Amino acid sequence: MNRFRSLEKSKLVIMPRLHAHEAGKPILRLDKVTVAYESGKALDEISFELQRGERLAVVGPNGAGKSTLFKVIAGVLHPTSGLVEVAGSQPDGHICIAYVPQRSQVDWNFPLQVRDVVMMGRVGKIGWLRRPTPKDQQIVRRALETVGLQELADRQIGQLSGGQQQRMFIARALAQEAELMLMDEPFTGLDVPAQEELFRILDSLRTQGVTVMVALHDLQTASERFDRVMLLNRRLIGLGSAEQIFTPEHLIAAYGGHLRLIPSQQGFIALGDTCCDEGEHDHL
Amino acid sequence: MIIFDWLLQPLQYAFMQRGMLAAVMVGIVCAVLGVFVVLRGMAFFGDALAHAILPGVAVGYLIGGGAREPLFWWGLLTGVFAAIGIGTISRSTRIKEDTAIGIIFAGMFALGIALISSVRSYTADLAHFLFGDVLGVRPPDLLLTAAFGAAILLIVFFLYKELVVLSFDPVLAATLRLPTRLLDYLLMVLIAIAIVVSLQTVGVALMVAMLVTPAATASLLSRRLPVMMALAALFAALSGVIGLYLSYYLNVASGAAIVLTCTAFFGVVWIITGFQRRGLQ
Repeated sequence: MNRFRSLEKSKLVIMPRLHAHEAGKPILRLDKVTVAYESGKALDEISFELQRGERLAVVGPNGAGKSTLFKVIAGVLHPTSGLVEVAGSQPDGHICIAYVPQRSQVDWNFPLQVRDVVMMGRVGKIGWLRRPTPKDQQIVRRALETVGLQELADRQIGQLSGGQQQRMFIARALAQEAELMLMDEPFTGLDVPAQEELFRILDSLRTQGVTVMVALHDLQTASERFDRVMLLNRRLIGLGSAEQIFTPEHLIAAYGGHLRLIPSQQGFIALGDTCCDEGEHDHL
Repeated sequence: MIIFDWLLQPLQYAFMQRGMLAAVMVGIVCAVLGVFVVLRGMAFFGDALAHAILPGVAVGYLIGGGAREPLFWWGLLTGVFAAIGIGTISRSTRIKEDTAIGIIFAGMFALGIALISSVRSYTADLAHFLFGDVLGVRPPDLLLTAAFGAAILLIVFFLYKELVVLSFDPVLAATLRLPTRLLDYLLMVLIAIAIVVSLQTVGVALMVAMLVTPAATASLLSRRLPVMMALAALFAALSGVIGLYLSYYLNVASGAAIVLTCTAFFGVVWIITGFQRRGLQ
């Protein structure tokens, strides 16, 4: 309980700097973004817009290009063709985008403490040849408070539970003063209380105007807890409210043979492929 | 007092003093960089780079007719080129990284042996390049080692936070708009320089042990990066000194003695921490 109270208290403390960008523009706009490898297209003419503060679920089978999409938006990977605009300009110059990696892709034995990882979000702002200032320390402390990890700041990262690990990366995104947060499979392997806690933190981020894109596998979570959902399988199959998007036609288009639709009284039950330990291949 | 004599006796020789100084300096520099090598899984890269330097050393050997300076500078030139070359080729998507490294490493190593073998009575010199000749270190060599070693440590100190971000989470480094490729190459070039200054101490064949073993030993003992670096440097420096004593009294090759001491430290720490972990369970 204590943790939640401190979370409430510090809700208003961290305000990403919004004034840096032109107001009114969508926080994110993709125009016909294509990523092609020798083996084929990972993303095919993806176009969409995202408004500030929105929470979008990105759903699709393994290999649908979710990680690739996130890396293109983060500016880590350059699209073969098409345009990505973050708050009206190309992502190359922005550090207001935070990428929260899949937990399975992180080396949890790395000799770092929770505090060190969160401070990494500040490295770009601290600048070359400089050490963290008291202001940086304070931002890190507040970020840890926001996610309720202040008491675990000195833990080695491998000693955290799955939910705590996820919250640590959110704290790092906050320390980075991110306005757009890309989370790759954050709920995978978390129990229900840990998932609920993540949603509580995401709710508090929304009040701060942080836009969040989450890749996930669970269609039910996607439809119940997100403003809009995106169905992706290399191309954009649909983007809108869950009722509009999660139709049998769309789902079959996305999942193909991996999906079984079982008719029931309410409509149908969709069984997607929910195995997700491997994630997608890294093309970096 | 016997133990005092035992410790002091080898030190009456100037070549032993210089050897120990060299072994300690080289040990510290390699251990600090070695922490990054271990954390990033670059052991094979380090081993390959050490071997790939041999043709450069060979050219220096043939040109200089046995003089030391050409060996060092040719080695350095080759090391930097090999580091950049391996880095570039391993980025190509058509061949797997370790395969690419293997091809270059074996090819360069063979070229080095071929060049050296063109000189008659080459075996003694070849052995020095392969396994080190720390007791042959001269004062100018010590100066070069100190200068380059200090430069490496300073660069690591000043770019510490960037190098850590790059090693832990390259995607974060990219989203923070750090020059990731440049930093990658910088780290590889630093490793190449460390290898060249260490060449005389342990030689190309055992080089990888100086990079990997003390850092791995330290990683068993600490979960904090700065502590891990300090411990790795300590183990490496101790191994240099103890190794040379062993070499003196047991009459074994100095490079091998140093590396064996590093390995012994690792073994002891591994067993002790293994017992502790079992005790906790």
